[in-house]
Amino acid sequence: MLAALAVTDVQPESRPLADAAEEHKAMMARIAEFGDRTAFKALFLHFGPRLKSFMMKSGASAAQAEDLVQDVMLTVWRKVHLYSADRGSVSGWIFTIARNLRIDRLRAGSSQPYEDLETIEIAGEEPSGEDVTLAGQRAERVAAALAGLPDEQREVIHMAFVEDIPQSAIAARLDLPLGTVKSRMRLAYSKLKVQLEGLQ
Amino acid sequence: MTSVHHHLDHATVLRYAAGDLDEAFSVVVASHLAMCPVCRRAVAAAEDVGGQLLEDDGEADLDPGLLDRVMAGLDDVETAEPTPAPRTDGEVPYPLQRFVGGELDAISWRPVAPGIKRHSIRLGGSSSLYLLNIGPGKAMPEHGHGGQEMTLILSGAYRDAIGRFGPGDIADLDVHVEHQPVVEPDEACICLVATEAPTRFKDVVSRLLQPIVRI
Ligand SMILES: [Zn+2]
Repeated sequence: MLAALAVTDVQPESRPLADAAEEHKAMMARIAEFGDRTAFKALFLHFGPRLKSFMMKSGASAAQAEDLVQDVMLTVWRKVHLYSADRGSVSGWIFTIARNLRIDRLRAGSSQPYEDLETIEIAGEEPSGEDVTLAGQRAERVAAALAGLPDEQREVIHMAFVEDIPQSAIAARLDLPLGTVKSRMRLAYSKLKVQLEGLQ
Repeated sequence: MTSVHHHLDHATVLRYAAGDLDEAFSVVVASHLAMCPVCRRAVAAAEDVGGQLLEDDGEADLDPGLLDRVMAGLDDVETAEPTPAPRTDGEVPYPLQRFVGGELDAISWRPVAPGIKRHSIRLGGSSSLYLLNIGPGKAMPEHGHGGQEMTLILSGAYRDAIGRFGPGDIADLDVHVEHQPVVEPDEACICLVATEAPTRFKDVVSRLLQPIVRI
């Protein structure tokens, strides 16, 4: 699992990564402005297979995962006007849509608090002050920061974000006290934060 | 906006971003986020991490018909426009308003101990969510232990060993921290609390009896 996780060789890949992030923003702009279906299709072809893999790792069956991919992508289309390029990456935004559906469908919980918060964030529209040209750099930085984490910290991040394992179950699976899992998360976050801070 | 001094634990920021909190805790965290730009930025950074993992973690082949089904589905989707800003200047943060309305004054309270009133919010899931209204100068009741708990101050303030907690501040503490908060003398303190295990109140009397019970 960790082998698949390792985002090694970020340096040579960094230009394409930044370009892809820029391209995704441009696609979102075309969808928002013109209802551009070609741009939407390109976004689907990029994120669809990733979303399916993500949902299956979260515990969905292949069929269930495809239903969720469909719902995520239709939500992207429906909410395209609510995405704001200066608040973050397209992949981060699509992740939040996928996460919310995962809470509602796979965990039988409620994503309503997240939706409420989104409502006031959009209404408040605080500009992040981030130059849009830094967005690509941001993608590189996040990737580099993730790749630079020690295995044991990346492992708990992966379990929480991709495999959707509750914190207490992570502790049980790794046979660690809950406090150790929490401190690995805190350490991981503080390293990621250092990488992202320059851009915030 | 009041300035916030006590923030979310970074482990909580990651759990919230990953979707690992149940509804009671999500409501408390979202309510703090509604009042705290610092933690909002922290969550946004954590969500970018989620985006990067989505980007890099792997791909699974899609059913060849899925693209066509999605493209055909677009016609039935009405695009959402930003809604007018909801009221966010009051004491009730927006994510809490659906449960208790927009005014703290309009909340109905049930007395649970002298000077202490409670308003429960019923949700699915095993965690409890409730508001506490604690009179000026009163000690905060101890909650039942055994699980995580989070307290967000909505109005008034209390002091404990850690410091002063006023509106917008959140006590997101590890389970066994003994902090013994006491409400400031001039005003009642209203706070939103989530607890993992069912909460058992220990009133002043039972707290006095505790040393005996432990024997
Ligand atoms: Zn905060």
